[in-house]
Amino acid sequence: MSQAQTALELVDIHKSYGELEVLKGISLQARDGDVISILGSSGSGKSTLLRCINLLERPNAGQIRVAGEELVLKKAKDGALDAASRRQLEQMRARIGFVFQSFNLWPHKTILDNIIEAPIQVLGQSRQQAVARAQELLARVGLEDKAKAYPGNLSGGQQQRVAIARALAMDPQVLLFDEPTSALDPELVNEVLAVIRSLAEEGRTMLIVTHEMRFARDVSSQVVFLHQGQIEEMGPPEQLFGNPRSQRVRDFMSSHLS
Amino acid sequence: MSWDWSIIWQYLPRLLDGALLTLELVAISGLIGIALAVPLALLRVSPNPWVRALPFAYIFFFRGTPLLVQIFLIYYGASQFEAVKQSVLWNLLSEPYWCAIIAFSMNTAAYSAELIRGAIQAIPRGEIEAAEALGMSKPLQVRRIVLPRAFGIVLPAYGNELILMLKGSSLASTITLLDLTGMARTIIARTYTPLEIFFAAGMIYLLISACFIGGFRLLERRLNRYQHYRHHIAHEMTEVDPRLQD
Repeated sequence: MSQAQTALELVDIHKSYGELEVLKGISLQARDGDVISILGSSGSGKSTLLRCINLLERPNAGQIRVAGEELVLKKAKDGALDAASRRQLEQMRARIGFVFQSFNLWPHKTILDNIIEAPIQVLGQSRQQAVARAQELLARVGLEDKAKAYPGNLSGGQQQRVAIARALAMDPQVLLFDEPTSALDPELVNEVLAVIRSLAEEGRTMLIVTHEMRFARDVSSQVVFLHQGQIEEMGPPEQLFGNPRSQRVRDFMSSHLS
Repeated sequence: MSWDWSIIWQYLPRLLDGALLTLELVAISGLIGIALAVPLALLRVSPNPWVRALPFAYIFFFRGTPLLVQIFLIYYGASQFEAVKQSVLWNLLSEPYWCAIIAFSMNTAAYSAELIRGAIQAIPRGEIEAAEALGMSKPLQVRRIVLPRAFGIVLPAYGNELILMLKGSSLASTITLLDLTGMARTIIARTYTPLEIFFAAGMIYLLISACFIGGFRLLERRLNRYQHYRHHIAHEMTEVDPRLQD
């Protein structure tokens, strides 16, 4: 593992909303094949951190590198950082898959069209190529018969699996999951976790914000615990789940892993 | 009171000529109006307040003044400027037909722009974020996600705007055009049968409105099929798949 390249590197990320500082300097590295779970109680800044990586949320300070390439940032008028080049940002976003809590499929497009949209329009793939890949991915998430359906016809679990397929269609170097199962009915959570688990097994680099503790313990190579915008503790799952150094982590685990 | 059906039949072909001009005015103005409304609406949702100000002023003026005044301003007002009369624009502005088209287009553009703006702002933020996260450029997002989505949302309201414009087009008759209303007034001046002829004209307007409503309903079903589809499929699935029946 020590030879693995750094897939994603965050250096000293700060983010404030007005007076409220939600991220107070977070640094994080994901090597190729790492599965990093980000835990913490709500309001600890987990989702904000994830959204700062592809600038859905603009950080106030910090550096972001994807596979060694630094995203060039500049100060905007409101004090937050913006991409210096919109073009570089777009290219970088195309290499970072993002899966949202609320799926965010486009309801007016079929499942197939949701998946092939960006590969064709952003990566410039041929329609034929994109469709073939999309069908492969749909089979992979167990929805090969839904290509012509609309998102509104699918259950939440199915929609989230499509959203994962949509992200995978870009062949991203890193996949970010923002509480991918939090909007789902309990009985639909496992079908989504199973897909993410299989991605972990095939060596995908992933950052996962989640409340699914057992899942995080099983799939993660690293676990990061955030508290009030700072990393409280970081380490392999055996450490954080088995023998955390921080009392706060200990309390959190005991209340969530009963 | 005597009611004379024969006068209606006698002048029906002329009334239909008028209806044709009405349809022509509405169709051409509607197309130009939409073409203007889309960029206006996009400017209107710009994060930059200076960019927003221009379409705001435009929309404020055209929604805040009567269509009749706008028609008169263009038809009577333009000729007051020697510079206009010397320019190539005069080829258009000296013709009542084009004055009506210009007034209707600009008027409906203002209303349609507001409708489209509302539709754009009604698109859930997450759908745009999904496009952002996939690396789509802003123009690409507008072309592939924002506008198609907004058109689906705006359609029912736009059908309403088109019907309002159809009825507003009767004001073309005030600047000598022989649209349906203008034609009716011309016929009545000759025959003194206002009741029959206005009744017939009203019926024709009603018929056109009904066609618009029906047409929009079809279009809506087609464009927004993803919304209707759900019931349809759910129904079908319970029929086909016994697992779903219990």
